[in-house]
Amino acid sequence: MVKKIKNLKEFSLSNDRFEGANLMCPGCSHNIIVREVLNATNDPVIVATATGCLEVCTAVYPRTSWDVSWIHIGFENAAVAAATVAAAYEVMKRKGKLPPATQKMVDEGREPKIVAFAGDGGTYDIGFQSLSGAFERGHNFMYVCLDNEVYANTGGQRSSSTPIGASTTTSPAGAVSYGEKMQKKSMVEIMADHGAPYVAQVSPSKWKDLVKKVQKGFEVYGPVYINAQSACTTEWKHAPEDTIEVSDLGVESCVWPLYEIINERDEHGIIYSTKLNITYRPKQKIPVEEYLAAQPRFRHLFKPENRHIIDLWQKAVDARWEYLQRREEAGV
Amino acid sequence: MARDMKHIDVEEIKDLGWDELIPGAALFSFKEPVEDVVEVPMEERPYAPTNSHEWQVGDWRVEKPVFNRDLCIDCQFCWVFCPDISILSRDKKMIGVIYEHCKGCGICVEVCPTNPKSLLMFPEHMDNEEALKQWPQKEEKKKD
Repeated sequence: MVKKIKNLKEFSLSNDRFEGANLMCPGCSHNIIVREVLNATNDPVIVATATGCLEVCTAVYPRTSWDVSWIHIGFENAAVAAATVAAAYEVMKRKGKLPPATQKMVDEGREPKIVAFAGDGGTYDIGFQSLSGAFERGHNFMYVCLDNEVYANTGGQRSSSTPIGASTTTSPAGAVSYGEKMQKKSMVEIMADHGAPYVAQVSPSKWKDLVKKVQKGFEVYGPVYINAQSACTTEWKHAPEDTIEVSDLGVESCVWPLYEIINERDEHGIIYSTKLNITYRPKQKIPVEEYLAAQPRFRHLFKPENRHIIDLWQKAVDARWEYLQRREEAGV
Repeated sequence: MARDMKHIDVEEIKDLGWDELIPGAALFSFKEPVEDVVEVPMEERPYAPTNSHEWQVGDWRVEKPVFNRDLCIDCQFCWVFCPDISILSRDKKMIGVIYEHCKGCGICVEVCPTNPKSLLMFPEHMDNEEALKQWPQKEEKKKD
């Protein structure tokens, strides 16, 4: 059943199923994303969480911050845990062996939603093979990547999501280096190419866009991938109160474009139509420089010898925005 | 012997350390089964002592957000962007801040759209009523 959320006031009637007094950093985006995802539905939710900040800080023995069914599993297999739950649920439903309380909800049209949360390390690098496998098998679940572009939990090592020029503990900026050398992997397209029915990129600062996409994802049958921008106060090194502003700058400068890809498939799994929609268009695209300047992890790029990296950034962002717009126009 | 986590009282849980892991213990969110969590507001939930809701992280703060009811327009920006579920909102109205759970990040103040802001950061030791007395006046819009 789709929860009706017309505006923020209506959304604020939601009763949170994620509890406070967890040990996430002050101003962490992870919490905001988790809250928005869980509040997007009134149906029961089953959550699988890969190792990472979210898991470590919300389940410190002897306490839990989750009021939903929750599983913690290894760094590399959040997708498999969620896929297994989805598969088991379907068998139990077919055989009529669901617990009475669950059965009652299913009869009311409130099917349980299965969500996997993982960080970018557990998605882009370590968890990729199990994520790819689960998407290929086509289980009915949602995978939310909390993308803070760094291994924040273990001390800020680079991941394959870290963008070029960022200073991390394993790609430190200094006299000889401008920081991370590689471009960021475009995970959304990779997951869309698995043939997933719905794939989207979201930012917590655009809450309505996020909730709409999550609701859409819950409605389709099959694996859904959501890539969520998660500004990290500790590793992006901005002040805790600037979390929303930094996220907004990312969206407004098109560094973090908000879009979705819908793959329509026939009963044999053949994709007959692919559509890319840009769901948010900045009224005035701001220069990437402003986004970079808001985060001290890019501070060294403003030295004269590193200015060329900023130009590179702008070029890459413009090219990508152009690519997305062309795809949307062509309807592919 | 494995002990049921349900039968351990709050004081005992507070004293638990990593070396005192109870074999076979499960951490329950609630003392008794709750049929439909989304229907039950925070105040009415039978939280178990092992739920983090029963704990507090307020001592992380150096500055606290103070809420001014007179200026609030109930836009709920603070509610949606609060990472720590510390903004208490009922019936579309903002009621106040849960100081036990607020880590003092200041996002609520930053996203508040009123002029002057209806949430402001004040030093932790300051009394809320004293803070309300010191509230700044409306800022005139600068003409370019």
